[in-house]
Amino acid sequence: MYQYDKYDQAMVDARVAEFRDQTERRLSGQLSEAQFRPLRLMNGLYLQLHAYMLRVAVPYGTLSSKQMKMLAHIARKYDRDYGHFTTRQNIQYNWIKLADAPDILADLASVEMHAIQTSGNCIRNISSDQYAGASAEEIADPRPLSELLRQWSSFHPEFTYLPRKFKIAVIASATDRAAMRLHDIGIELVKKDGEIGARVFVGGGMGRTPMIAPEIRDFVPFSEVVSYLEACLRVYNRYGRRDNKYKARIKILVHEMGADEYRRQVEEEFAHMKTLGLDPPVAELERIAEHFAPPPYETGLSDEIDLSDRDFAAWVGSQVAAHKAPGYAIVNISLKPIGGIPGDASSAQIDLIADLAAKYSFDELRVTHAQNIVLAHVKKADLYALWKALEEADLGTANLDLISDIIACPGLDYCSLANARSIPVAQKIAQRFADIDRQKELGELKLKISGCINACGHHHAGNIGILGVDRKGVENYQLLLGGSGAEDVSLGQITGPGFDENGIVDAVEKATNVYLANRTEGERFVDTFRRIGMAPFKEALYA
Amino acid sequence: MLEFYSLRDGGDAAELPAVTLESFAGQSNATAVRIEPGEDARELLPFLDRVALVEVNFPVFGDGRGYSAARILREAGYAGELRAVGDVAVDQLSHMMRCGFDSFAPDKPLDPKLIEEAFSRFPGRYQKTIDPRPAVWAQRHG
Repeated sequence: MYQYDKYDQAMVDARVAEFRDQTERRLSGQLSEAQFRPLRLMNGLYLQLHAYMLRVAVPYGTLSSKQMKMLAHIARKYDRDYGHFTTRQNIQYNWIKLADAPDILADLASVEMHAIQTSGNCIRNISSDQYAGASAEEIADPRPLSELLRQWSSFHPEFTYLPRKFKIAVIASATDRAAMRLHDIGIELVKKDGEIGARVFVGGGMGRTPMIAPEIRDFVPFSEVVSYLEACLRVYNRYGRRDNKYKARIKILVHEMGADEYRRQVEEEFAHMKTLGLDPPVAELERIAEHFAPPPYETGLSDEIDLSDRDFAAWVGSQVAAHKAPGYAIVNISLKPIGGIPGDASSAQIDLIADLAAKYSFDELRVTHAQNIVLAHVKKADLYALWKALEEADLGTANLDLISDIIACPGLDYCSLANARSIPVAQKIAQRFADIDRQKELGELKLKISGCINACGHHHAGNIGILGVDRKGVENYQLLLGGSGAEDVSLGQITGPGFDENGIVDAVEKATNVYLANRTEGERFVDTFRRIGMAPFKEALYA
Repeated sequence: MLEFYSLRDGGDAAELPAVTLESFAGQSNATAVRIEPGEDARELLPFLDRVALVEVNFPVFGDGRGYSAARILREAGYAGELRAVGDVAVDQLSHMMRCGFDSFAPDKPLDPKLIEEAFSRFPGRYQKTIDPRPAVWAQRHG
């Protein structure tokens, strides 16, 4: 994976020093909270309901074991012994003291990490495919370009005060594991005439006005990607709406202007940008790519796995995906034990995962947007020992992409924006469907919960989505059906009137019963919904 | 505390009366113009040879349109004074300079020590923009 050189290190060190000064000015009263707010937000520090929350960037979701250990250390030393992995492939700490924040950033900088631009109206952490470098179907590893864009977007002087936050995802295969078209800019690496470049989608997003990004350009050569993105961002910075923060995302601009007119303006700006020498030389992308060279796989390994232990076989069946190298597998570690908090991990669990990554997966691991962890390069011969170790730490849950593999935002338990709690609803649904055989009978079913309209829990993209709202002071939950964040991207539709906390659990169960009664051979929940439509579900829900 | 700060040689505030972008084209004697956030800096490009001062107004620091306006003018070859006015704090100075601003007239006076720190804090630049220092990628492959 990528390692900082002296230039990268100097940048994060300078940032730590700057934030230490700013925090001291705040603590001594030289800065008011109003003055300090934009400064702390540039470093991922939010003031939440009970305490400060710090969001640490995990660029494109990839971490070394050493970095993961530091995340455990921070949880232990500065927080309440746990951390929360997010739908942006980052980690959040919910109980941070302001006076500790500069020390935490210094600890992060010591392992080449930071919290730069994890909030604010700027380009946020770039997300990517958690199977990058391990999947046989990708046309290239998406992470070198992601790292190039991490650097390009860091401290960008023109694009730090955008109309609204800005999220970019990069993928490199037809299967979309990163909800690419639900980003402000989604990039898919594609091949054209033997050359790899970027297919660019602009104007997707969730929030209160969900939109699927249209394709704005079918191919941009690597040598011009920076110029092209500068053009995309400049048009947005100049013409994105600033009169209403709820209409300020680029999706609204592209929608109101129309994709054709947006494309025309970007092309005009791009033609100009290309003359300015803004693009790093191809040698820079090659330099970065060397850091992502395949690990030294052993050869001659067997692909046999002894599945005589039934529990192990169930875990393999659910959590293990095909790897491009013979004898290797991709392992998904569930952070969704039944009754747990989706995405939470204790310091001890984070430490253990770091150790297991060091022992079994070339010292490297990934965070997924579905709030799980991936060890990308595990020898099949090691799977049993790995599973045993995970089991002992309550990390052996076998529910990948099943109904209890729930994405949920922190909700009203933590978040100052939330209207309703998300976590208790996730826990109740997981408990209702705790029987693993029942979950498997339901098959792939992505359930996503947001505690407010901002949609951090991706409810629009859930096969089953739940949106918490406040109805006259009472938490109320709307049900959505038919969304998908994958390559068959679609937005969920609201079923009708909402439900109370227990009612929404019943409603989910009723929806699954409609599916079971109507599905044909091989159909997933979302397929059945698409075929039979909303009516049968409505009938069952509101009869 | 400083009410005006300049990176230009000499460093004194040019006291030119700035006119609006809309009226600038029709006033052939005007040499200073003020651009508001919603205005298109490119409308000024035909007249750059008679412009000595462009003021770019930031009514609130969070409205970043002025950064694009500044860069557009510099990209077009404008070499005169480019002044950021309004809600300008030390925390924005470095980015403004990198987009081409070379003088600053903030609503609230700035601490000279913090100004120095703001310009010297970051050792590198990840992007090629307007400031003369090379981007990190250029240093790596120099």
